[in-house]
Amino acid sequence: MDMSVAVKRDKPWLMRTYSGHSSARASNELYRTNLSRGQTGLSVAFDLPTQTGYDSDHPLARGEVGKVGVPISHIGDMELLFDQIPLAKMNTSMTINATAAWLLALYIAVAERQGAKHEELTGTTQNDIIKEYLSRGTYIFPPAESVRLTTDIICYTVNHIPKWNPINICSYHLQEAGATPVQEIAYALSNAMMILDSIKESGQIEEKGFDKVVGRMSFFVNAGIRFIEEMCKMRAFTHLWDRLCVERYGVHDHNLRRFRYGVQVNSLGLTEQQPENNVQRIVLEMLAVTLSKHARARALQLPAWNEALGLPRPWDQQWALRMQQVLAYETDLLEYNDIFEGSPVIAEKVERLVEGADEEVEAVNEHGGMIAAVQNGYVKRELVASHTRRIRAIESGDLKIVGVNCFEQTAPSPLTTGTDSGIMKVDPAAERAQVESLQAFRASRNNDEVGAALDGLAEAARTGQNIMPASIRCAHAGVTTGEWAGRLREVFGEYRAPTGIDITTHDTTPSELVEAIRGRTRRTGEELGRPLRLLLGKPGLDGHSNGAEQIAVKARDCGFEIVYDGIRLTPEQIAKAAQEEGVHMVGLSVLSGSHIELVEDIFDKMRGVGLSDIPIVLGGIIPEEDGRQLKERGIAAVYTPKDIDLNRIMLDMVDIIRTSNGLQPYGALQ
Amino acid sequence: MTGQRRALPDPETLAGSVTAKDRAAVATALNLLDDTRPEARRVASQMLATLPEEKLDTEAHLIGITGPPGVGKSSLTAALINVWRRQGKRIGILAVDPSSPLSGGALLGDRLRMMAGEGIADNSVFVRSLANRGAFGGLSAEVWPMSLVMLAAFDIVLIETVGVGQREVDVSKLSDTTVFVAQPASGDSIQFLKAGIMEVPHVLVVNKADIGAAARRMLAELRTTLGHRIDPDGWEIPAVSASATKNIGIEELAETIDAHRQWLLSKGRLADRRRRFQAEWIIRRLLDEFGRFGVAQLGGEDGLFRQLTQRAGSPFDQFDELRDGFLAHLKTSPGT
Repeated sequence: MDMSVAVKRDKPWLMRTYSGHSSARASNELYRTNLSRGQTGLSVAFDLPTQTGYDSDHPLARGEVGKVGVPISHIGDMELLFDQIPLAKMNTSMTINATAAWLLALYIAVAERQGAKHEELTGTTQNDIIKEYLSRGTYIFPPAESVRLTTDIICYTVNHIPKWNPINICSYHLQEAGATPVQEIAYALSNAMMILDSIKESGQIEEKGFDKVVGRMSFFVNAGIRFIEEMCKMRAFTHLWDRLCVERYGVHDHNLRRFRYGVQVNSLGLTEQQPENNVQRIVLEMLAVTLSKHARARALQLPAWNEALGLPRPWDQQWALRMQQVLAYETDLLEYNDIFEGSPVIAEKVERLVEGADEEVEAVNEHGGMIAAVQNGYVKRELVASHTRRIRAIESGDLKIVGVNCFEQTAPSPLTTGTDSGIMKVDPAAERAQVESLQAFRASRNNDEVGAALDGLAEAARTGQNIMPASIRCAHAGVTTGEWAGRLREVFGEYRAPTGIDITTHDTTPSELVEAIRGRTRRTGEELGRPLRLLLGKPGLDGHSNGAEQIAVKARDCGFEIVYDGIRLTPEQIAKAAQEEGVHMVGLSVLSGSHIELVEDIFDKMRGVGLSDIPIVLGGIIPEEDGRQLKERGIAAVYTPKDIDLNRIMLDMVDIIRTSNGLQPYGALQ
Repeated sequence: MTGQRRALPDPETLAGSVTAKDRAAVATALNLLDDTRPEARRVASQMLATLPEEKLDTEAHLIGITGPPGVGKSSLTAALINVWRRQGKRIGILAVDPSSPLSGGALLGDRLRMMAGEGIADNSVFVRSLANRGAFGGLSAEVWPMSLVMLAAFDIVLIETVGVGQREVDVSKLSDTTVFVAQPASGDSIQFLKAGIMEVPHVLVVNKADIGAAARRMLAELRTTLGHRIDPDGWEIPAVSASATKNIGIEELAETIDAHRQWLLSKGRLADRRRRFQAEWIIRRLLDEFGRFGVAQLGGEDGLFRQLTQRAGSPFDQFDELRDGFLAHLKTSPGT
C-alpha cells in the first residue's frame, strides 16, 4: 500500500469496557487508567444492591456489595466515582434499569456540582425494564409503574438533556436467555413500540416534537458466534426500524430514523473449558457488528476471555479493548463502503429474518402487546423453550462447541495457573468500608431536607408528575439509594415476574439415557416412599435465572417434582420452603460471586429448621478454589459452566439423594 | 455425605406436635401421608386416628379455591392471606399443580406469588405444593388426609387448584366452602359452571374488578346464571367482585367466605359435610382398588355411604377395615 496517500477512514465506534467494582474510589481509579489507555467512553457497572434499590447496609445486600459492579448509595459515592473526570466532556453509559431515574438524577446532580450544563451531558441510561423481567432480573416495581418511570426519563432528557440516550432497548439479554435472532429482533421491536406508545399516551411530548423522541431511541444488541447470520440480523434490524419509524410514527428525517445500537458480544457461548478459545470467539463476534457499514455498531464493549471463570482483572479487560483497537486502527475495515451491498446471499438471509420477525411481532400483539405478553408469561416461555432446544442440541452434539463437546483434549493452560488463578478477587474488606462510609454519610446530612425531598418524591409518584425533578432534589438533599427506591416501593408496590418454566416442550423423544435417568428417579422415589422432590433456589440479588430455569426443566423431564419460585430469595425463605415442601434436596444457583456468604447463611437457616441432613448442591460461576472450600463446608456438589452435560448432573443428583438416605448410589451408567 | 435410612416417626408424638401447631411436625406428617410404603401407611393411619376428633369435625375452615387458569387465583389467595393474617389467623395451603404425563415430574412454583407481601417473612403461612401425579390413586388421593392434618394445625386451610375439569382433584368434593374465581371477558368461566363440570360453588367471585365495565357485565351474567341460587343445602350463593392487584373487595370476600362457614355451623352442617366427603373419599379409593364388583360386595355405593357417614374415625382406619372385610369375604366366598 502506498502510505503517502492519506486514505479517508470512517470514524471508529465508541470503545468501552463494562466495569466497576468494590467501591467508588477503586472504580474511579480503574476508569482513569482505562481512559489513559485509549478507551473513549465509560461504561459503568453497578453492584446488585444499587441495581435493585437497596443501600449497602441492607440485609439483602450482604455479600453483594461491590461484587458485580460499583456500589452507589448516595451523591457522595457518585462524586467520588467521577472525581477528576469532567462530565461535560465524558460520554458515560450506565447499565441501570429499575433505579435508572435515581442514578441519572445522581449523575445530573454531580454534573451540576462540577459546573457542567445539562445540554452538555452525553451518555446512555440502559433504562429497559422488559428484559429485566425476562432475563436479567433486577426489576423492582410492577410493569405499568416501571414503564411509567422509563417514560419519565425519556421525556425529561428529550426536553432537558438533548444529547442523552435515555434508553437502550436491549435484545442482548434475550439472546443470553436463549433467544433466536428472529426472537431477538421481534421482542426488541415490540418493546420499542410499547415504550413509544406509552410516551405518546403520557402527553409529556408535543405532537410535532415526537420524531425527536424516536430519534433518541437506541438499542443494545448481542452478537453470537454464527457471525454471518448475526451480521444479517443487524441489517434486518436496521431495515425494520426504518420501516417502523416511517409507517407507525411518521418520521421523515433520515437522521432521526437511524438504527443506533451498541453491542456487548455474547457471554452465553463463552466456555470455562479451554477458556483461551474465547478470544477468537469474541473477535469473530465483533466482526458481525462491525463489518457491515450500513449496520455498524456505534459503541462496542467486549467481554473478557475469562468471564466464565470469575470476575476479569484489569489486564483481561485491556486485552478485550486491544481487540477492538487492532480492528479499528490496524485493519483496512474503515476504508470501505458497505462490503455486502448487492450480495444476493446476504439479501436473501436478511429477507428471511425480516419475515420471521414480522410474524413474531404479530404473535406478541396477539398476546396483548409486550407488557401483557410479559405478564402472562408468553415471551418468557418462548425464551425458555428456545434455550432448552439449544442445550439439547449441545448435549446431542448437533451444536458443536470446541473444547466442550468436541476436541476436548488439551494441554495444560498457562493462562489459568498463575498465582491469582487467572481471575479478579474483590477485597472482602470493601463491603465493610462501604457500609461504614454510608453510615457516616447518613449521620452528616440534614434530615429535614431528606424527609422533605422524599415526601416530594412520593407526591410526584402518586400524582403522575415527571419523577426526575423530585429525584434530582433527593440527590442533592443526600437521600440514599435505598430510601429513594423504598419510598417508591411503598407507592408502586413490588412485582414477581413469571418464571416461564411451565413450558410444554417435553423431551418427547427421550434418549435411552433420559429414559434410564427417569427409571432411576422413579425407583429411588419408590424406595424412599414418595417421588423425589427438589427445591431450586436463587438466593441473593442476582437475577440471572437462565441456568436455574434449565435445571428445573431438565429435572422435571427426568421425573423430579420441582419447587422453583424464581429469583431473589432470602436464606430464610429457602429454608422455610425446604421444610414446608418436604424436599429431598436443595439446589442453589448463584452467579454474582457472593456464593460463600450466601451458602454459609443457608446452612445456618437450614439447621434452624432442623434440616441439616438435606443435601445441598450449588451451581454458578464458582472459582475452583471456592468450590473446594464449599465442599469442605458440606455442599454435596458444585456445578459450573463447564458442566454442560445436564444428564450427568441429574444422575449425580439422584445418587446424592440416595447416599444421604442410606441407599447405595447407582454410579455411572453402563 | 452418607446418611442413615430415616426412621418413621412415632405416630402419637407426631399427632400431638401437629395439634400443638408445630410447623416441623406438620411437614413431617405431610411427608408421611405422601409415603406409599406399607409400614409408612400403618404409621400414618395411627397418626390420623390420634388427631382429636372434634378438631376434624367442626374446627378450622377448609376452603377450596378454584377456577380456570389465568384468572388470578394465586394473587387473590395472597390478598386473602393478608386479610386473615391481620385477623391473627394461621393459614395452611395445599397448592395442586398438574404432573407431566410423560416423565412423572412436575414444576411447582407459586409459593411466593401466594405469599406476596408480608406473609413471606413470618410463620403464619405454611404452603405445601402438590403434584396431582396423573391419575386417581396418586397423590390426589392424599389431599383429603393431608387436609385433616392441616385442619389440626391451622385456623384456615386452603386448597388451591385448577380444579375445573380435573377429575382427580375436585375441590368442591373436599371443602367446607368452595370459592370459584372467574375473570371478566372470559366465557370459559360461565361455560364451566353451566356444563356442570364441578359442583356448584358456595361463593362466586369475579377477580380483576379494576377492569371496570367488563367486570360488571361478568358479575351481572354470573348473577343471572347462578347467583342468588340456592344450593342443595339451602345456601343462597353470593356473587361478589374483587381486585387482587388493587386490593379492592378482598375483606368483603373474606367476610362472605366466613359467612358460609357460620351458616354451615348454625345449621349443624359442617360435620355432616366433612363426614360425607370422607365417605366419598373412601368409596373412591375402594372403587380404585377393587372396582365396581368390590364395592358391590361391600354393600354398594349407597349402602357404604350410609354406613360410613354414621361413624367417625380416621379415613385410613375405615378404609383398611372395609378392605380387610372385602379380602376376607373373597376368601370365604364359594367358588373363589
